[in-house]
Amino acid sequence: MAAVLESLLREEVSVAAAVRWIARSAQSSEVTAPTRPQAWPESAFRDDPGEAAALSSLRPLRKEFVPFLLNFLREQSSRVLPQGPPTPAKAPGSSAALPGRPGGPPRGGRGARSQLFPPTEPSSTAAAEAPSARRGGRRRGPGPGRERGGRGSGGLEEGVSGESSPWAGGRRPRGSGSPGSPSLARSDPPNLSNLEEFPPVGSVPPGPAGTKPSRRINPTPVSEERSLSKPKTCFTSPPINCVPSSQSSVPDTSPWGHGLPPGCRSLQEEREMLRKERSKQLQQSPTPACPTSESGSPLPSRTGNLTAEPADPARVSSRQRLELIALIYSSCIAENLVPNLFLELFFVLQLLTARRMVATKESDLEPIPGALDSLESPLFQSVHDCVFFAVQVLEHQFQVLSYLDKGTLKLLAENERLLCFSPALQGRLRAAYEGSVAKVSLAMPPSAQAVSFQPETDNRANFSSDRAFHTFKKQRDVFFEVLREWEDRHEEPGWDFEKGLGSRIRAMMGQLSAACSHSHFVRLFQKQLLQMCQSPSGTGGTVLGEAPDVLSMLGADKLGRLRRLQERLVAPQSSGGPCPPPTFPGCQGFFRDFILSASSFQFNQHLMDSLSLKIRELNSLALPQPEPSDEDGESDVDWQGERRQFAMVLLSLRLLAKFLGFVAFLPYRGPEPPPTRELQDSILALRSQVPPALDVRALLQQGLRARRAVLTVPWLVEFLSLADHIVPLLDYYRSIFTLLLHLHRSLVLSKESEGEMCFLNKLLLLAVLGWLFQIPTVPEDLFFLEEGQLDTFEVDTVTSEQGLDGMPVVDQHLLYTCCPYIGELRKLLASWVSGSSGRSGGFVRKITPTTTTGLGAQPPRTTQGLQAQLAQAFFHNQPPSLRRTVEFVAERIGSNCVKHIKATLVADLVRQAESLLQEQLVTQGQEGGDPAQLLEILCSQLCPHGAQALTRGREFCQKKSPGAVRALLPEETPAAVLSSAENIAVGLATEKACAWLSANITALIRREVKAAVSRTLRAQGPEPAARGERRGCSRACEHHAPLPSHLISEIKDVLALAVGPRDPEEGVSPEHLEQLLGQLGQTLRCRQFLCPPAEQHLAKCSVELASLLVADQIPVLGPPVQHRLERGQARRLLHMLLSLWKDDFQVPVPLQLLLSPRNLGLLADTRPREWDLLLFLLRELVEKGLMGRTEIEACLGSLHDAQWPKDFSEELATLFNPLLAEPHMPEPQLRACELVQTNRGTVLAQS
Amino acid sequence: MILTKAQYDEIAQCLVSVPPTRQSLRKLKQRFPSQSQATLLSIFSQEYQKHIKRTHAKHHTSEAIESYYQRYLNGVGRNGAAPVLLDLANEVDYAPSLMARIILERFLQEHEETPPSKSVINSMLRDPSQIPDGVLANQVYQCIVNDCCYGPLVDCIKHAIGHEHEVLLRDLLLEKSLSFLDEDQLRAKGYDKTPDFILQVPVAVEGHIIHWIESKASFGDECSHHAYLHDQFWSYWNSSLGRHSCRILTSSPSATRDRSTNN
Repeated sequence: MAAVLESLLREEVSVAAAVRWIARSAQSSEVTAPTRPQAWPESAFRDDPGEAAALSSLRPLRKEFVPFLLNFLREQSSRVLPQGPPTPAKAPGSSAALPGRPGGPPRGGRGARSQLFPPTEPSSTAAAEAPSARRGGRRRGPGPGRERGGRGSGGLEEGVSGESSPWAGGRRPRGSGSPGSPSLARSDPPNLSNLEEFPPVGSVPPGPAGTKPSRRINPTPVSEERSLSKPKTCFTSPPINCVPSSQSSVPDTSPWGHGLPPGCRSLQEEREMLRKERSKQLQQSPTPACPTSESGSPLPSRTGNLTAEPADPARVSSRQRLELIALIYSSCIAENLVPNLFLELFFVLQLLTARRMVATKESDLEPIPGALDSLESPLFQSVHDCVFFAVQVLEHQFQVLSYLDKGTLKLLAENERLLCFSPALQGRLRAAYEGSVAKVSLAMPPSAQAVSFQPETDNRANFSSDRAFHTFKKQRDVFFEVLREWEDRHEEPGWDFEKGLGSRIRAMMGQLSAACSHSHFVRLFQKQLLQMCQSPSGTGGTVLGEAPDVLSMLGADKLGRLRRLQERLVAPQSSGGPCPPPTFPGCQGFFRDFILSASSFQFNQHLMDSLSLKIRELNSLALPQPEPSDEDGESDVDWQGERRQFAMVLLSLRLLAKFLGFVAFLPYRGPEPPPTRELQDSILALRSQVPPALDVRALLQQGLRARRAVLTVPWLVEFLSLADHIVPLLDYYRSIFTLLLHLHRSLVLSKESEGEMCFLNKLLLLAVLGWLFQIPTVPEDLFFLEEGQLDTFEVDTVTSEQGLDGMPVVDQHLLYTCCPYIGELRKLLASWVSGSSGRSGGFVRKITPTTTTGLGAQPPRTTQGLQAQLAQAFFHNQPPSLRRTVEFVAERIGSNCVKHIKATLVADLVRQAESLLQEQLVTQGQEGGDPAQLLEILCSQLCPHGAQALTRGREFCQKKSPGAVRALLPEETPAAVLSSAENIAVGLATEKACAWLSANITALIRREVKAAVSRTLRAQGPEPAARGERRGCSRACEHHAPLPSHLISEIKDVLALAVGPRDPEEGVSPEHLEQLLGQLGQTLRCRQFLCPPAEQHLAKCSVELASLLVADQIPVLGPPVQHRLERGQARRLLHMLLSLWKDDFQVPVPLQLLLSPRNLGLLADTRPREWDLLLFLLRELVEKGLMGRTEIEACLGSLHDAQWPKDFSEELATLFNPLLAEPHMPEPQLRACELVQTNRGTVLAQS
Repeated sequence: MILTKAQYDEIAQCLVSVPPTRQSLRKLKQRFPSQSQATLLSIFSQEYQKHIKRTHAKHHTSEAIESYYQRYLNGVGRNGAAPVLLDLANEVDYAPSLMARIILERFLQEHEETPPSKSVINSMLRDPSQIPDGVLANQVYQCIVNDCCYGPLVDCIKHAIGHEHEVLLRDLLLEKSLSFLDEDQLRAKGYDKTPDFILQVPVAVEGHIIHWIESKASFGDECSHHAYLHDQFWSYWNSSLGRHSCRILTSSPSATRDRSTNN
């Protein structure tokens, strides 16, 4: 393996070729080409025969390359990261894998590696830092709740036995091994010897020994060696580990310090006592301590080691080599050739934040001549190298980083080393941070919820007998009692579940005789499990915007701060590194311990049945699939709902599957894998006959086929994580692991094509699978399988239509909820910022959570919080319908309240805006200024009034809610219950309404005012005058007038008749005409049915009719035959028209049409020409003020353009000149008649 | 009053290629004395419109226009007072108003430098006095007042009928104390296409549930039902105004009414 790496370093083989070579070992098909990183030129993919030859000789070693690389990097980095939290790497020493038995635990795993590191190895420390040793050690922690021993102790550790690593198990002081917290980091005591964090009282700078006895023990370094060695070394973290002869570090010594009166003893005495005490402690500790420091490396100084050494890009040694290895390492990550993506990222971030290089011997730092490019010289010779390498890798992994939560991105973007080494990457990260909306709180969901009773299970009908029913009720009570007691006491030190509750639980289980009682109880158990461990707030309410009840009671401005504080207080410092073993945090622990204490076969069987059923049900739940193409705001809101539902289902499934796995594999669980091969074979033979509790393989296959892996795989992983050591060896489960491995490798993140899984979906699967591959019970070599076994996968995925996989169902919040260990990245970075990573793996919390236990379980004791709790309690004791009613009423009243405010307050404001606007327009004239500016002025005046909305809204809810509740609840509801329900309804409704109003009232007012302004301005436009003056019909009007349409139609008929052509017998009677005009008058006076266009046409038609009358063109149907209208009748009709025009028409009447060429032409055509009616009409028009003389003059003026018979023009002139000249003529028609009479002869003569 | 399909068919049968004139309508009235003039006119108008839709194109070929114009010029050349244009329209079986428009357009093309805009032509048709040629003005006016199916006057009558029926419908609803939202209120709520009235409380009429009412104030034959369904009613459906509707297609409140429910 080393040969491969070396040939890479010597550039005999290109990186691209190497990655392809490795990947080919993983996948027999040529899939690397489309997925290669873009940075690689095309040519890199062409096989160089030389390269091929170089690599083909190494063929059998192919699949061992990645584990080798990972181990190599870990080993190389060990000098830099001694104090860091464990970076487990589950990469087996591959040469030890037994070919015939792929699942067999490798033994002597480090053999091969140690060959690679001959005695010339610069530091045996480095070699000893076998990651597997770290891993094994980490897991060795015993605990009552974890009967799973680290398998590593039985397997890998043998290969490195004798070597001890700084953080190998046992060298750290253990906590009592509390069930939920197996992590070492958490149980570490504060490092009191850290002078920077705990400076001596009086803040005497660390100086010569024995300055002054102090309450804090100041272990002054007196070592002679220290002055010689560089003060770089920093084996600081586990103080107890590094107990040198002369330089004692003092853990947990504060009580001692207290106990000693200052000055009464010498420092030497103190030290002596401490040493004794410490050795006592060491004897008690479960694993032997390792008092000898590694290979005699100089002991680190305790002081001054916390400031990080500045990293300088200019001081990077062997840049090219680092670049090459970073590239190949990144490529392996990108191709999913590493088991756990996030573990690698964690490792890289550790390198990035490495504080200081552990100096070994001076000579080690000297480059070995001629060996610079080989593996002989250490890869990371300085912090600069580490940071350079880390930044290189991060650059390649930017895409993944950009999907991390906002907090992590911020920390990364603000990392000064990153900025220094790659400003470009920093810029991209900053951009990603600014664009990110993925705020993820690392706070754990509140653990225990109030105990709820399940009235549904009270139903007697479900029980075989009264007795069974009563027994069940009693059991239920016991169950809740036990639960309550656990809630109250489980955090008390010294309280033990089994001791406290075991006998009661077993007694209760003993009473469950009938099978049906068991199923009832299991249902209760399961329901309670889901309710408590998978509360809505657990699925991310706080982040998605639905504030949890308590927090929402506080003001919005304080909310954010409170939330941050809460997060800091309750966020676990570390959930056990980037790869914690499966645990049962919070109230899950109760259910696990209950199952263990009950130790009832029937119960377990029923529970498995019930869990399996529920899992099947939820797994096949048809999750709604909205159009993914829709991207407007509304569907986005829908998506939130879909996501939330998906998250709910997924988290429920994971919880159920975890417990199913726990119960199903419970009988087989043992601390260690079987010691001998023979024993293992016989167990395998036995176990392979047992059918699985739930056919998870079928479900997985279904899920893959239906493209629902994003739902199925996470719970399956939970299930498998609780399997025992034998399970992965069974054929059935082995095939599942094979499928999962295939899936893992196929989830290449850079692949983004149609039908691919969404990025975050992939990331979730990679995270959970990566975690699964690191579980102790999963064999290390499983991941690096033989290539032959990996070829049956592709078939399944490329089927079927759009499934859940292709939809963005996973968001960062769900990712972090399912995989809290990803948050370790952020914590690691945060610890770098906080500047002190001296102890406990670099995670330091500034806030000492002295009250965490209280805070976690109980909400803040504010009045509001208490009120909310009271309300919850109240509902628990009432029928569910009461709660539904109250919530319904609150919801409706809240909504009505908003509507009411809109209709009253906002409408009033809009009216005010309109009148203000009118004023503005009057003062400023028609222009009124810029509408946008106007709007601004109005809004600034009116929006402050929006504040009234809250008071009014409160009043409204106060007034309306009680009545509604009262009406909806049964008459018989007791008064106290009723009034409580009313009060709660008022409170909820007010909360809802005020929340909406306070958020939206300004925008609402603004919108409405804007609409009003544009309406007013538009109305201002064309016809402001005509609007107001229209009259309606009189009050007495009964709207019996003829319809306008009818009248238009009638008049049109008359006009048509007059214009012709007509039959000889056709004509109108004068009576009909009179009646028509009478009807026109009625219609014009009624106006009920009149619309302006109709009136305009009526006006025009009436003028046309007058023209025809004047020209005597209307054929009158008389008794004998068709004849002309009599003069008198004509005048009467004209009079009627005149009065209509004057009094009844409300639209302008186009009287000028009377003098249009066409209508006058009618007159011209008649023989003899009769002018008197026209003159009469014009005179009347002038007299009635309907037309001015000038107007008539203008009309006549335009007539000159028309082509008339010459005499006609003359006649016109003679006729009209006097009319226009003389203002008043007493007897006009006479003279007109005379004129007409005289002229008639000439006209006739001319025609 | 409900008109049977048979009666309707009979009326429609009589209207095949009848010119849309006063005389035709008078004959129709004599033939069907039990039907109101409004009903008959509405049916006439619709049948004639269907006819025009079918034959419209052939009157608008450039050859046809040219030949009509020449015939018009010849006709008025012989006698400007004779109903040349009206006769021409009746002869070629085209609506007089539409014929007037064709000739006017052609006339203006000849006499003006720029082709006339649609609004100029519409304005001249509304007020023929604006037509520069007196003879043509008279001819156009004659066509318009004699056309009972097309032209600005007929359009105005139709519009007036529509308005009147909305008012009538509103009165009826008020009289029956049915709560409703009218078009303006609906528009204020942001609907783009709205029926005339939405009933706030649905009613059942003759076994059909009515959610909204749209008065089209015209005779509801199958064709217009179909067209309205396509243009308007589906969008009411789509905007979830209710599946049940009442479309009143009638020519007068006392006359033919066709009520249908779509769902």
